Amino acid sequence: MVDSKHQWKAWLYLAPALVLLLVFTVWPIINTVRLAFLEGYNSLAAVNQEEVITFSVGIKNFQDVVNYHGFRTALVNTALLTVITVPLSTLLALLIAVALNSIKPLQKFFQTVFFLPYVTNSIAIGMVFAAMFNIVGNPNIARLTKSVGIINNIIEALGGTRVNWINAGSEYWANMVVLIVYIVWNALPFKILVLLGGLQSVNKQYYDAAKVDSTPRWRVFTKITVPLLSPMIAYVVITGFIGGFKEYTSIVGIFGETMGPPGASDSPLNTIVGMIYDVLPKQDYGLASAAALILFGIIFVVTMINMWVSKKRVHY
Amino acid sequence: MKIVLENLTKIFPSRNKNSGEEVVAVNNFSFTIPDGKLIGLLGPSGCGKSTTLYMISGLQKPSGGKIFFGDDDVTEVSTESRGIGLVFQNYALYPHLTVKQNILFPLQNLRGKDKMTKEAMLERAQEVARLVQIDELMDRKPSELSGGQQQRVAIARALVKMPRVLLLDEPLSNLDARLRLQTREEIRRIQKETNITTVFVTHDQEEAMSISDMIVVMKLGVVQQIGQPQEVYDNPENLFVAKFLGTPPINVFSGEVRGGRLFIGGADVLPAPGVPDQQVHVGIRPEGFILDPNGALECKLSNVEVMGRDVSVVSTHEASSNPFVRSIIDADNKVDLSAGAVRFSLKPHKVFLFSKDDEKRIRIEVK
Repeated sequence: MVDSKHQWKAWLYLAPALVLLLVFTVWPIINTVRLAFLEGYNSLAAVNQEEVITFSVGIKNFQDVVNYHGFRTALVNTALLTVITVPLSTLLALLIAVALNSIKPLQKFFQTVFFLPYVTNSIAIGMVFAAMFNIVGNPNIARLTKSVGIINNIIEALGGTRVNWINAGSEYWANMVVLIVYIVWNALPFKILVLLGGLQSVNKQYYDAAKVDSTPRWRVFTKITVPLLSPMIAYVVITGFIGGFKEYTSIVGIFGETMGPPGASDSPLNTIVGMIYDVLPKQDYGLASAAALILFGIIFVVTMINMWVSKKRVHY
Repeated sequence: MKIVLENLTKIFPSRNKNSGEEVVAVNNFSFTIPDGKLIGLLGPSGCGKSTTLYMISGLQKPSGGKIFFGDDDVTEVSTESRGIGLVFQNYALYPHLTVKQNILFPLQNLRGKDKMTKEAMLERAQEVARLVQIDELMDRKPSELSGGQQQRVAIARALVKMPRVLLLDEPLSNLDARLRLQTREEIRRIQKETNITTVFVTHDQEEAMSISDMIVVMKLGVVQQIGQPQEVYDNPENLFVAKFLGTPPINVFSGEVRGGRLFIGGADVLPAPGVPDQQVHVGIRPEGFILDPNGALECKLSNVEVMGRDVSVVSTHEASSNPFVRSIIDADNKVDLSAGAVRFSLKPHKVFLFSKDDEKRIRIEVK
């Protein structure tokens, strides 16, 4: 405890961080809550000098969000992407981390390779993915097709028929597959990094003990590695869910701001964050704030469930 | 199950590739550990005792030589298939499992004809837990146990699958002095009850002497002496073994043999028949001194420590290699502190001569 005489010094040293946090984090949060509950808020009217306009307080914004034409699609897309990609990327990251940890030569090299997506701009990655899945020309008429993209090249080389992944007229499931591949791949590096760090700090003696106990490999993985890594796994799952519900850039990266394949109406691949960005240019801050609070509510509930599950499953 | 070590050698490659200096951790170790005995591997740190243990366990591969369990050559057999129990220095109990789950773990790994039913496993776990007296703690996590309890859980886990060989790596080093005494008796009792061939590693000579059937004294990867504890103590083969065994440690003097008599600092202390004239190290056990007003060895008295049963006389002598000469005599003897000097005569069987060249024992012919 700082001597009360010198407490002002502590506050002084904290001031730069505190001021920035107050201005750029705390106030926006408070303001978001305020705007969400003000009905018919209009930023121009709010700064009117001549007459003071008061807005009534209520939950109309929330009702508007729920009734918004794209809300259901956004909610379903967000939930679907999160529920599929988080477990998938966590499992893959775990397997890759264990594999990386067990090899000696080239470990550093592969570590770097797997870490590359983390330091690459996600819009740029999105564009590369778009190119890989893109069909140039008319995807439905063979003679008008110039190129089918590397993924379709591979599918055709393996004797399959090419799929219209992201071009005009592509189907919802095909779009989702591309998004899932992209999001999982993009989520891997961070998870691998955390899990590999966890693995390297596990006492090697547990593995020696397991050897002495004649433990089969799979049982070592499920009964020793996973439980000992469970705090790290819980961490990547929880942050994964939080990040998953904020999914947005991946879709913009691949499909552009229309949030859907060319020609599709009503942004079929929109997410909740995408929806917030949709309404912002229309100056509808109340609606955007309410949507943000709903998203916060969802993330809060999911995180609570995560914490509740991990309390039973995680061994600290 | 007897264990045969045949020319066992372990060489660790140098860390610095340019210097090319290798470390020979264990050098040409041959020994047959008899069935059902408790063997203590003893030596200062870095002497290769743990490396030997880990080679027996299979966790480390020998650079040369062979290991047999009974008549089976297990040198190339993996740890998993050797059927050993190993108690690690830090116990390595699985922290996320309860005591019961830890003990059950090796049983659940059994496959094929050894596979056990759930009830049989539980029964066996209970049985072993009773043997090491932790049957009350079965639902605790390792972090909720004391060091001694963890140690017993580790022994239970190692014993539960009825290993052919039980290996213990510094099993008592994490315990406090009282617990250490108690636990080492317990290890002895458990070993006697199960009759499993047991090898344990320690740097504490008292621990090794007190419970082992045989001890192996090692130094820098080379075996110095193998034998029953008392025999090694009474008959050390070189100066290192003599110095390493015994508390308080042996007193070493420089002496000289001349004309079949042993001289320390000019005083003629003992006959040394059959020993050629030469300079020697003279090792005298603390209990080898007798207070004697007419004794040949005169030391400057510095202190007397009364320890109840015995009296420890601390003195100095110019020929002594240690700063102090420590002798232990019966408490019935009264030592006059004001005298400034004290005279001893020596018990011949507590006095050992070692060559100045190679520190090997020079035996005095017994008539």
